[in-house]
Amino acid sequence: MIAKLTRTERHLGLLLSICLALLGLTMAALGKHDPMAVHGFIALALGLTLVFAVGGVLEEPAPDPARLQRYYDDPIKVGIVLAMVWGVFAMGVGLWVAALMVWPEATFGQPWSGYGRLRPVHTTGVIFAFGGNALIATSFHVMQRTCRARLADQLSPWFVLIGYNLFLVWAVTGYFMGVTQSKEYAEPEWYADLWLVVVWLVYLVLYLRTLKRRAEPHIYVANWYYLAFIVVVAMLHVVNAAALPVSWVGAKSYSAFSGVQDAMVQWWYGHNAVAFFMTSGFLGMLYYYLPVRAQRPIFSYRLSIISFWGITFFYLWVGSHHLHYTALPTWVQNLGMTFSVMLLVPSWASAGNALATLNGAWHRVGDDATLRFMFVAAVFYGLSTFEGSFLAIRPVNALSHYTDWTVGHVHSGALGWLAMVTFGAFYSVIPQICGRTAMHSARLVEWHFWLALAGLLTYVFALWNAGITQGLMWRTYNAAGTLNYSFIDSMEAMRPYYIARVIGGALFLAGICVGAVNIWLTVRGARGAAADVPLAPQAAE
Amino acid sequence: MSVTERDPVSGFATTGHDWNGIKELNSPIPRVVVWFLAVTHVYAVIAWVLFPTWPLGQTYTKGLLGGDQQQAVAADIAAATAARADWMSALATQDFDSLRADSDLMARALATAEPLFGQNCQVCHGAGGTGGPGFPRLNDGIWLWGGTAEEIETTLRFGINSPHADTRFAQMPAFGRDGLLPRPDILALTEYVLTLGNGVIPGDTSAAATLFQDNCAGCHGEDAKGLEGTGAPDLTDADWIYGGDAVTIRQTLLAGRQGVMPAWQGRLAEAELRMMALYIESLADKGAKDAQ
Repeated sequence: MIAKLTRTERHLGLLLSICLALLGLTMAALGKHDPMAVHGFIALALGLTLVFAVGGVLEEPAPDPARLQRYYDDPIKVGIVLAMVWGVFAMGVGLWVAALMVWPEATFGQPWSGYGRLRPVHTTGVIFAFGGNALIATSFHVMQRTCRARLADQLSPWFVLIGYNLFLVWAVTGYFMGVTQSKEYAEPEWYADLWLVVVWLVYLVLYLRTLKRRAEPHIYVANWYYLAFIVVVAMLHVVNAAALPVSWVGAKSYSAFSGVQDAMVQWWYGHNAVAFFMTSGFLGMLYYYLPVRAQRPIFSYRLSIISFWGITFFYLWVGSHHLHYTALPTWVQNLGMTFSVMLLVPSWASAGNALATLNGAWHRVGDDATLRFMFVAAVFYGLSTFEGSFLAIRPVNALSHYTDWTVGHVHSGALGWLAMVTFGAFYSVIPQICGRTAMHSARLVEWHFWLALAGLLTYVFALWNAGITQGLMWRTYNAAGTLNYSFIDSMEAMRPYYIARVIGGALFLAGICVGAVNIWLTVRGARGAAADVPLAPQAAE
Repeated sequence: MSVTERDPVSGFATTGHDWNGIKELNSPIPRVVVWFLAVTHVYAVIAWVLFPTWPLGQTYTKGLLGGDQQQAVAADIAAATAARADWMSALATQDFDSLRADSDLMARALATAEPLFGQNCQVCHGAGGTGGPGFPRLNDGIWLWGGTAEEIETTLRFGINSPHADTRFAQMPAFGRDGLLPRPDILALTEYVLTLGNGVIPGDTSAAATLFQDNCAGCHGEDAKGLEGTGAPDLTDADWIYGGDAVTIRQTLLAGRQGVMPAWQGRLAEAELRMMALYIESLADKGAKDAQ
C-alpha cells in the first residue's frame, strides 16, 4: 500500500512521521506524570511505527503511472475497516453502559470503568469514531466518483485518516484516565482539540482540491452536504473548544465561557454536531449510495436545494431548545423553538426525496438488504427529525426534558439513521473497491439487517415508553394536590425498560459484529481495484 | 453531456446532469411541501409577534402576550401553595392529637409524606423504612428515641449527633481504640453480648456480667434492654443496627459508633416536618401489618 505513494510523497510522509514521533516525545517528556505524557507515548509509538513502515519502502521504485488513470481507493478501505473496529468497540461499551443502568455495580470497582468515564467513550466512539471514519472514508469515495476525478494527492488522505484516529485514541484513552473538558460531545482536552483543527484543515483542503479537478461541470448535492459537514464542524469546534490550558505541559484547561453563556455555546455546538456531523455528512452518504443502489434518478433536484439550504440555515439557530426551562432567558428559548419548527419541513423534504427516489425500485428494497438499510435509514431520519422538532416545543419539552425520551430520540437517530445509512453505504462501496460484484456473503448482510432492525426497534420503543412514563410520574399529583411519586419510584419503574434496552443494544451489537466479519472477509478476498475509472486522464501529481 | 431525458417511471424529465450514473428529475416541488413550509413559517412569525423572541442589543422583543418562564413558575408555585394553604397551615400549627383525630387531614398528610420520605429518607432508611446496616429500621416498632410523632419530630428537626445546637446526642464509646478496656475484656464482652438474646440472668456474677454492669448498663440498662431516650439500643432483641454477629459486635466495642442523623429543620418546611413525623409513626403499624 505504502509503495503506491510517489517517492516525494514517501519522503514527505517520512518527515511527517518523524515530526509526529518528536511531538510525542516532547509531550511524553514534558508531561511527566500527567495523562498528557501517556498521550505523548501513544503519538511517539505511532510516529515510530510510521517511520519504519515508510522508511522500509522509501527507495522502492516509483509507482506505475497508470495509477493516475484509476481512483485512489486504499484509504477508503482502511477507513471502513477502522470504522467497523471502532463501531464494535463503541457499541460494546454502549451495551456495558446500558447494563450499568440495570446492574450499577458492574464496574469492577475501578475508576476507569465508572459510568461517568464509560459514557463519553461510548458517545465519542459511536459518533466520532464509527461515524467520523465512515464519513471520511465514504467522502473519499463519493468525491472521486461524483467528480469523476482521482483524489488530489495520495498523502493527505492518509494524513487525515491517521491524524483523525490519533485524535480519537487520545480522546478515548483520556476519558479512561479521567481527562475531560466536561462538554457534551466535546470532551477531549485542548491539545487534542488543536490537533483536530490541523487534521480538519487538511481534510477541507483535500476536498476542495479534488473538487477543483472534477471532470463534471456541476457539483453533486452529496458534495454540498459533505462540505457543509466539514466547514461547519470546523467552525463549531473552534468556538466551543476555546479554552485556556492551566499549563502547557498538562491536560487540564478551562473553558473560555462560563455560566449560561457556556451552556448556550455548548448546546449551539452540541445540537449542530447532531446537525452537521450526524445529519449533513450522512445525508451526503444517502444522496450518493441510495440512488446508485436503487438505480433511480433523485426524485427532485428542487427539493434537494430546499432541504440543503433549509437544513444548513435553520439548524444553526435551534441549539437553545436543549435549554428549555433553564437559566437561559425565555426569549432565547422561544427563538430556538420557532426555528426548530421551521426546520422540520426541510428535514422531511430530504427524507421524502430519498423515499420518493425509491419509487420504481421498491422490488429492489425487498430483495436487496443493502438498499433496505438505506430505506430504513431514510424512514428513521424522517421520524427522528419530526421527533426533534416536536420535543423542541416548550410544553412538550416540559414532559420530555431530563427523561429517557431524549436518550431514545438520540438513539432513534444514531441507530436508526446514522448507523443504518452507514451500513448501507459500506455494503455498496466495499465490493466495488475490492473489485468484486457483491459482498462475501449476501446472507450475512440479511442477518445484519434483521438483527439491527430488531435491536433498533426494541431499543427505541423501550426508551420512548421509559421516557414518557418517567415524565408522567414526575408530574403526577395525588388527591391532596401534592406530588405522588418520589424520584426513586420512577427509577424502579424504569427497570423493565432498561432491561429491554440492554436486549436491544445486544441485538444491534450482534448485527454489527456480523457485518464486521462479512466486511473483513470481503476485503481479504479483494480481487484487484475498482472497475470504474476517472473520466479525464489526470495530470501528473 | 447535458442531455435531458424522460424518466419512464415518474414521467418527469431529468435535469440533464449526470454524475457517474446518478441523475436528477426536474420535478416540481410537491404542493404539500410548499404548504407545510408556509404553515411552519406562519407559525413562527405569529410566535415572534406574540412572545419574547428576537434580541435587540441590550434588550429583546417582548411580544404582545409577553411571558417569562421564571414568573410563570413563581405564579404556579404560589397558586399551588395557596391551594394547599389551609391544611398545610393546620399541619404546621395544631398539636398531634388533634391532627390524628382529623382523618381527612391525615389522609392528605400521609399521601404527601410518602414521596417526601422517598426523596429525603429512603436513601439511608430504605424503601418503607426497612433500614440497612448503620441505619435503623423504622417500621418495626422498636425505637431508640421514642416512636411517638412528638419524639420523632424532635429527632427529625434537630437530628442525632448533627451540628445543630439542639441535636440529640448519643455515642457508643470506642472501648478498644480509646483504651477504655483491655482487649481480653472486649473479647469477653463480645461473647457476653452474643448470649443476651436470652436476657440478662439476674444475679449473674461472672466476670463478663460484671464487666457489662460496670461499663455498659449505664446506657443500655441493667437488663440490657436499652434506655429509650438515651439512644442506647436494646441488646436482648434480634434487632441490630450494625449487625449482631461476633465480628460486628467486637468492631462496635473496639471502635465505637457515632451514627449521624441530619437535622431537617430548614430543609423541610414546618408542615412537612410534622407530616413526616406522623408518617414515620404510622410505619410501625404498617410494618406490623406486613409482618402478619
